[in-house]
Amino acid sequence: MLELKNVSYTVKAGQDSYDDRDHDIIRDLSLTVEPGKLIVITGPNGGGKSTLSKLIMGIEQPTGGTITFDGTDITHLPIDERARLGIGYGFQQPARFTGMKVAKLIRIASGEKRMSSAACNKYLSAVGLCSANYLDRDVDKSLSGGELKRIEIASILARNPKLAIFDEPEAGIDLWSFDKLTATFEELHKTQPDHTILIISHQERIMQMADEIIVIKDGEVTRRGTRDEIYPTLMFSKNQDPACAFTRTAEAVSY
Amino acid sequence: MAENTAVAPAQVGSELDLDAISREMLEVIADMHGETEGAVNIRKNGCLACRTNSDHVTITSKTDNPGIDIRVDAGCKNEHVHIPVVVTEEGVHDVVYNDFFIGAGADVYIVAGCGIHNGGDKDAEHDGIHRFFLEPGSHVVYVEKHYGEGEGTGARILNPTTEVHLGEGASMEMEMVQIKGVSSTVRKTTGTLEADAKLVITEKLMTHGEQHATSDLDFEMVGDGATVRVISRSVARGNSVQVFHPNVTGAAACRGHVQCDSIIMDNARVTSIPAIDAKSTEAQLVHEAAIGKIAGEAIVKLMTLGLTEEEAEEQILEDFLS
Repeated sequence: MLELKNVSYTVKAGQDSYDDRDHDIIRDLSLTVEPGKLIVITGPNGGGKSTLSKLIMGIEQPTGGTITFDGTDITHLPIDERARLGIGYGFQQPARFTGMKVAKLIRIASGEKRMSSAACNKYLSAVGLCSANYLDRDVDKSLSGGELKRIEIASILARNPKLAIFDEPEAGIDLWSFDKLTATFEELHKTQPDHTILIISHQERIMQMADEIIVIKDGEVTRRGTRDEIYPTLMFSKNQDPACAFTRTAEAVSY
Repeated sequence: MAENTAVAPAQVGSELDLDAISREMLEVIADMHGETEGAVNIRKNGCLACRTNSDHVTITSKTDNPGIDIRVDAGCKNEHVHIPVVVTEEGVHDVVYNDFFIGAGADVYIVAGCGIHNGGDKDAEHDGIHRFFLEPGSHVVYVEKHYGEGEGTGARILNPTTEVHLGEGASMEMEMVQIKGVSSTVRKTTGTLEADAKLVITEKLMTHGEQHATSDLDFEMVGDGATVRVISRSVARGNSVQVFHPNVTGAAACRGHVQCDSIIMDNARVTSIPAIDAKSTEAQLVHEAAIGKIAGEAIVKLMTLGLTEEEAEEQILEDFLS
């Protein structure tokens, strides 16, 4: 369903960068994603995971290579056209909107302007926001980071894209909500066998749900395989919080 | 029910001399369509077009100036008053003085608003001077919408002056909206608040083209426990110019908050000068102001939900002013 061929993303000297040399964020990367898979992309910070997902959504434009989705070359399509083709994106740091109600964001996401409050609530419940009060809240700075993040994920559930990309969905979410979230991802994966979920994550629990794990480092795919092939090789340290294995002591992990 | 006071709901535009343009504008500025509940006073091109009193609201014409006195009985609940103004002729300069006397403990919803349709090349202007006197414990929700349209080159000018006096424990929510199409506006809003009175004023303004808008707000809290909250949101597009100058003075153990947020686009200019003035050590006053373009990440988020860049921008502006 998704094919990246020789995709590169280079930040030129002086462009979004203060130093005087080019930075290759993604290097000649090729990748094929089959429908119906739950894939976790992991790897060290700064390795290019978020950039790769933004290239797929069209938020960043590649400096080389092609991206094909369901047979259509989307390399140079704008974000909204990719969205209409069936790609969705949950931001790591979601945007805030002054004056927009949570219910409205969910309705825009779903494409159903008249979606009932009960239907909106279903998506909020799926991310652990059980109070109906949230529907009338503004998606602005009055929400905490964790609330905003869960509403962001709810908007992707409401959109129900063929390819859903989540950039670190666990970041900023408390332990109790996280349980609910992993259950929701599992449910989503089970009930929609032709939809693909691509999750960027360092979280052990999320990796354990994966059909496949892709490790990205220095802008390249360094390893790829089934969960059972890749997960044991990541060598989480037994003495530390597994959630922090990648982020806290990258040297303790073998990529 | 008292005799002679029960009046059938006003039939807006049916038996009245109201053309299609006026009827459409009444919908935009006062949400009036068909029957309207409560007391109604419609002014068109400087003259009274329709008046209906209700059980607890009496509207009378002033004898010294053009305009009306609106008296709301003490203790009445859930009363509605609509007093819209439409101007459909060029060259009209309408000045009107409206005074609202709200009885103690009354609870009333008041919709004012002015729509100007200027199809000609001469200016059309409406200056509404509104004064509100709220007796202790009364509660008013006041909604005022201003709107201009018309294909002529004549300016559409609205210069509202609003003065509010809140007695002890009175509360008022004011929502003042300039939707679009007003060439020039100079808004002056002032008020005083006694002990435990509460005022929330939300001003929303959109300017475009070559429009100019100036808004001065000045409120003084003179009693302990009074609170004022000023929320100003504006969008400036095209070559339009906006100047805001809200001031809140605290002369007692009171709380005041001024918040101005503006979105600036194209070649517009926005000047925001919020001020706070404490005359008491017990006054707690805060102001904040921000001017900026539409956040790029908000546009990108809506585009990932399938909206085009233009649709995303319009959606963000609509919500910002909602």
